Amino acid sequence: MTNQSHQGGITVDGAEGLILCEGDWALPHASRLKQVIDAQRWPGGRNFLLDCSRVEAMDTAGAWLLYHLQREVERGGSRLTMQGLHPRFAALLAMVAARAEDTAVLQPVQYGMLERLGRRSARHAGQVSMMLAFIGEAALSALRTIRQPSRLRLRPVLHNIQGAGFEALPIVGLLSFLMGVVVSYQGAEQLARYGASIFVADLVGLSMLREMAPLLTAIIVAGRSGSAFTAQIGTMKVTEEVDAMRTIGIAPMDFLVLPKILALVIAVPLLTVYADILGIVGGMVMAKTQLGINFEDFADRLDDAVRLPSYLVGIGKSLVFAVIVGIVGCFQGFQVGGSADSVGRQTTISVVQAIFLVIVVDAVFSVIFSWLKI
Amino acid sequence: MAEYQQVVEVERICTRFGALSVHEDVSLSVRQGEIFALVGGSGCGKSTLLREIILLQKPLSGSIRVFGQEVLGLDDEAALPLRRRWGVMFERGALFSSLTVLENVGLPLREHTGLNDELIDELAALKIALTGLPASAGAKYPNELSGGMRKRAALARALALEPELVFLDEPTAGLDPLSASGFDELVKNLKESLGLTIMMVTHDLDLLWRVADRVAVLGENRVLGIGTMDELAQAEHPIIREYFYGARGRAAREQAWKQK
Repeated sequence: MTNQSHQGGITVDGAEGLILCEGDWALPHASRLKQVIDAQRWPGGRNFLLDCSRVEAMDTAGAWLLYHLQREVERGGSRLTMQGLHPRFAALLAMVAARAEDTAVLQPVQYGMLERLGRRSARHAGQVSMMLAFIGEAALSALRTIRQPSRLRLRPVLHNIQGAGFEALPIVGLLSFLMGVVVSYQGAEQLARYGASIFVADLVGLSMLREMAPLLTAIIVAGRSGSAFTAQIGTMKVTEEVDAMRTIGIAPMDFLVLPKILALVIAVPLLTVYADILGIVGGMVMAKTQLGINFEDFADRLDDAVRLPSYLVGIGKSLVFAVIVGIVGCFQGFQVGGSADSVGRQTTISVVQAIFLVIVVDAVFSVIFSWLKI
Repeated sequence: MAEYQQVVEVERICTRFGALSVHEDVSLSVRQGEIFALVGGSGCGKSTLLREIILLQKPLSGSIRVFGQEVLGLDDEAALPLRRRWGVMFERGALFSSLTVLENVGLPLREHTGLNDELIDELAALKIALTGLPASAGAKYPNELSGGMRKRAALARALALEPELVFLDEPTAGLDPLSASGFDELVKNLKESLGLTIMMVTHDLDLLWRVADRVAVLGENRVLGIGTMDELAQAEHPIIREYFYGARGRAAREQAWKQK
């Protein structure tokens, strides 16, 4: 088992009780040395002589293996005498040996399935109550601002309106136009079969104004701006900017949350109106190419089919969606704890939760409106 | 392994950020087996110089040799063999937040050696113990550690691949005096038993007096003085005098005298 020089080597002569270490006891050879040590059976009640006079280099990995060797031999119940180790390596070995007591390979605590489930449930329950507290706090901050409008920070509101509203115009416009095209196309064929082609205006008008436009807008805003809110507030938490804000005496609620929610409350209904218009234009274009209904007839029919309440229902819903997206986005930002990892996680949660809540609330609205027969 | 008299050689480095000149004609060298410190006022380009040596930033002109090899202009692939021979400890630790401390320290070993997982974990645990952290710290995530513990963990990671050269950026900044003096001892110990060459950037005068073999003072875009602390203490340059004979400088020096 002899190795060429410089490579770390270990030769065991069981009969003579001689262990010869040589070469570089260093990281590149650690794997092999460890294998040799572990493959060896160390009988008890013997005296081994460990000759290290030919060890040429040693690093902490090498020292650790030498220490490991010593321990293995002694655990087998034999005595080990070491000789010839260079003083510098001996010092290293002593340092490693002194610290070796404190080494233990520990992994983070892993919980059983039941405990994981319990912890998860408790965490979710905690999240709900924290979310409620957050909503309450935001409401109080809003009330304070209403009583004392000078508290309102206009600049961040305008900045957020630009980011969440104005800059979203192209994507919201394009998608709602396409949505109008799709709805019109799907309806056209069915309606044409019954000779009721003109009712495509009812279909497009009602579905866009009442459902599609508010929902589509809210989902896009959740993805574009809700996530940005979470990431921004979360990163500020990681870098302790939020704490700094508190110590300066600025409430993060007033400074970070309220302007964002207010901006969404202004921008999202406007975006929804815009989405309404482009959705209907999309429907008109499709109706003309597919069914040959010209724009005047379509507009005439639209005027009869869609009453003001339908339009207002859509706008009203979009207002609620705006508040949901804003609150979830900001709340999840404040849930970020300590690390870069957590920012990413909470941003994902923020978007998923916002879209989920928007759709659930939309369904609840449908039920309520059908009771009220609006 | 050839002996390098000079481990790091920096020659005529010029660095500019836009119109702002940071280094003009900076030259210095670090000898094998010494603890070399880079000091100077805030914004004088200490950390920039360090980042240039470890290939994170490019100077405008000049030459930097590490282990006798020119490093400027090396691509990542060509730099890898060099990078494996040095370890870097960043000012704020820069531990990967999604990994435990043990995994953080084991990561370089996992990436660059063929060792099996068991041995990697053992060696990582040993490094953690060598830097004076309790074993329980290994299972924790970086954000669960205090600032001082994070620095130790970062040092453990810098030492993972048994480097010959270690760069420390502000090793004691943000530590309480007790941990900081513990860190002095640690650095000295590691240097003596592992035969490391250490290059550090620091503001800590105590650390300078206690462990630094040689010190370079950076200021006015150049090296104002270079030598042992005692030599620098004799220097005439007003910035150096201010640095060493301000109230804090004197106190640190007296402290160092008492300990000798």
